[in-house]
Amino acid sequence: MSQIAFPKPDPKILARRDEIVAGLAAILPPDGVIADLAGRRAFETDALTAYRRVPLAVALPRSVEEVAATMKFCRDVGVNVVPRGAGTSLSGGAIPQEDAVVIGLSKMSRILEINLADRYARVEAGVTNLAISEAVAPEGFFYAPDPSSQLACTIGGNVGTNSGGAHCLKYGVTVNNLLGVRLVTLDGEVLDLGGPELEAAGLDWVGLVCGSEGQLGIVVEATVKLLRAAEGARPVLFGFDSADDASRCVAAIIGAGILPVAMEYMDRPAIAICENFAHAGYPLDVEAMLIVEVEGGEAEIAAELARIAAIAKAHNVRVTRESMSAMESAQIWKGRKSAFGATGRVADYICMDGTVPTGRLPEALRRVGKICAAYGLRVANVFHAGDGNMHPLILYDINDPAQQEKAEQAGMDVLRMSVELGGCLTGEHGVGIEKRDLMGDQFSAQELAQQMRVRAAFDPQWRLNPAKVFPLDGRAA
Amino acid sequence: MKGSSEAPLAPSDEAEACAYVAEARGRKEALDIVGGGSRSGFGRPPEGRHALSSARLTGIVFHEPAEMTLRARAGATLSAIEAALDAHNQMLPFEPIDHRMLYGGGGEPTIGGLVATNASGPRRVSAGAARDSLIGLRLINGRGEAIASGGRVTKNVAGLDLVKINCGALGGFGLITEATFKLLPRPESETTIVIRRLDDAQAVAAMTQALGSPYGVSGAAALSAGMGREFSRTILRLEGFVDSVDQRAEKLLAALADFGAERVLGGEDSRRLWRGVRDAEFIAKPRERAVWRIGVRPSRAVEFVNRLGPTALAHFYDCGGGLIWLASDPTVESAAAVRAALVASGGHATLMRAPSPLRAAVDVFTPLSPPLAALTQRVKAAFDSDGLFNRGRMYAGI
Repeated sequence: MSQIAFPKPDPKILARRDEIVAGLAAILPPDGVIADLAGRRAFETDALTAYRRVPLAVALPRSVEEVAATMKFCRDVGVNVVPRGAGTSLSGGAIPQEDAVVIGLSKMSRILEINLADRYARVEAGVTNLAISEAVAPEGFFYAPDPSSQLACTIGGNVGTNSGGAHCLKYGVTVNNLLGVRLVTLDGEVLDLGGPELEAAGLDWVGLVCGSEGQLGIVVEATVKLLRAAEGARPVLFGFDSADDASRCVAAIIGAGILPVAMEYMDRPAIAICENFAHAGYPLDVEAMLIVEVEGGEAEIAAELARIAAIAKAHNVRVTRESMSAMESAQIWKGRKSAFGATGRVADYICMDGTVPTGRLPEALRRVGKICAAYGLRVANVFHAGDGNMHPLILYDINDPAQQEKAEQAGMDVLRMSVELGGCLTGEHGVGIEKRDLMGDQFSAQELAQQMRVRAAFDPQWRLNPAKVFPLDGRAA
Repeated sequence: MKGSSEAPLAPSDEAEACAYVAEARGRKEALDIVGGGSRSGFGRPPEGRHALSSARLTGIVFHEPAEMTLRARAGATLSAIEAALDAHNQMLPFEPIDHRMLYGGGGEPTIGGLVATNASGPRRVSAGAARDSLIGLRLINGRGEAIASGGRVTKNVAGLDLVKINCGALGGFGLITEATFKLLPRPESETTIVIRRLDDAQAVAAMTQALGSPYGVSGAAALSAGMGREFSRTILRLEGFVDSVDQRAEKLLAALADFGAERVLGGEDSRRLWRGVRDAEFIAKPRERAVWRIGVRPSRAVEFVNRLGPTALAHFYDCGGGLIWLASDPTVESAAAVRAALVASGGHATLMRAPSPLRAAVDVFTPLSPPLAALTQRVKAAFDSDGLFNRGRMYAGI
């Protein structure tokens, strides 16, 4: 069915499975090793469910020491390692291989330290994104990156893919909110990179590890910035008769020197899908909708919304609806954040993640529509307009192999288009296996070789998440 | 200090730069990358045989006001960039430090030097450092290959990020030829709240409360008595649209009433004060003193300074106490005292200014643990296997 290739499992490793499982059992407590088929199957895929591989074994360490011992053991026996957080990767970043040990961080989910005076939290990698904000919300603080999967996804995974979210227009992505990481290398060494102080001294290792998709080591702890929440926030919906008007409105808002915390775009199919699910009061008779959120004190919000509304008016806005209550605001965001889940109730879909320069958005939207139509597929667009990070949801029927093939082809065409327009393959979901074979469209052979040499400085044997990110051929490191 | 009396190699484009590097590689001759020369006192003394200059790699590649992005060549001067951004009411978000105040005035800050030193300023408490706004770069690696990383869009996780590891690497991995930044609208207005006569502990407490408030503080510094005024000053900056700044200033003043917050500066008075904080103007003189830039948790800042005792000849706090600018005697003993005090407090210290012999004799950057030193060697080799670029500028022997 699938076109994305996995490396052929190493028969020598497969033959040594019992020995490897026994070795893990000697390091980890009884509930820290999963060896039976049914148990392993729970780890066979992530949110890119079209691809599955049952791993050799699953290790669930409880401590940094256990992670280090497991890594060293895997290095010594020469077995591949696939790190895993909550398994919510949309790019197949956590999909195992038959000859790999999955190291899952789910048992390492403690918040180790909260320091509001110095505005940071230190947490184990298995802590969920939302748990950090929930822990400090009573004091009025929060952790800024808010991927749609924030209820489930872990901070370790967020570091792996440099996750974004709706509010990163103002607050930045994970790397802008990450102060330090504790990284366990394949040699079992524990490296403390960065720390709770402002900016790492010397080389920016944190910036290198963030977004490295588990290729350099396993992140076991993260130190993250905590921000004080604004006094208040309010979203407003704007409905437009044309995608161009909506896109130009986004550019005009930014051009006017206004930086809302979020500017989200939905097209007509996405609006219908989300409204049907969340009953958020979205206008159903418009071609495009923006959710624009501003923050501050009551008077500030009013003033900024007035400025934004004037710009929207100049761009032929047809429907304007300001949230009138906290409950309404929550509904509006629930609709947006459940876009992927709601779409999943309507059809199977693949979610693309390319970014284009915001000035190219109108063109990009037209071309996405054309590409999908040419394959006879429907598409729903819902994305972060302020930063050009598009998420076309290409709808198909997973039980029809021909359609799946077409959907994947359309997705690849969309990503190539993103690169061609001056953007990139992935804004926040990561390369994983999904976009691995397109890396050559974005990078030259020399550029890929440079990245791989840096990778090899951490993992010369290519044991860590080895089937991901870099095309399988041409891996001369 | 070895150096070349020959004119620097000054390529006019990437292809020429690649050729120079390939030649140097062939002859195994180390290169000392130079930009505008305003930061040449930063890091350990250069060891390279030939200067490789960005002087002819100038100009803005593009500025897209509606996308809030700018790409410039490494040799473009900061003043040229800022003039272009100013015309569109935009700015580099991170308020880059102009090192000329520290190093004594020579040279002209360039984009390449800014990237190589991760040059940032007081606004890092709200907008991050240079590395947070740097979204793409191009560099020539030790093989003489032009390598791009990142790009022109703010969200980009395709492949390993080689942008940030090069930001602040002092040119050790290659010659940066182009950099791309995300921008911010220049605030319509700014206001600085001044609190007089707090001691260090009270000042850090006031800054902590301000930065933990919901009012969007974009600068928090504490100047000792004698730094511009005969009394100490704790200063807190708010920026944005006029109405918004006024409303927030009123609320912040009320919240900090117990500290005696009352005086408010605006306009050029405020801007001049923050330029001084940005450029470490308040401890730049006397020139013979060593200057340190120290990163600690704000809650440890005062104990750190107290532990140093008389070694600290002068100091002021930026970033709410998270950054300490500190002057000491330019001696090995003072350097050892700073390092020893850090062990207890946690954090990092960079010897920003000292005579060359001292910068060659002591650690300029926080020393690396053995595994991290080995990793640094390997990553250096991944970019520059022959050790051509800026050898020893950050760490001896790397």
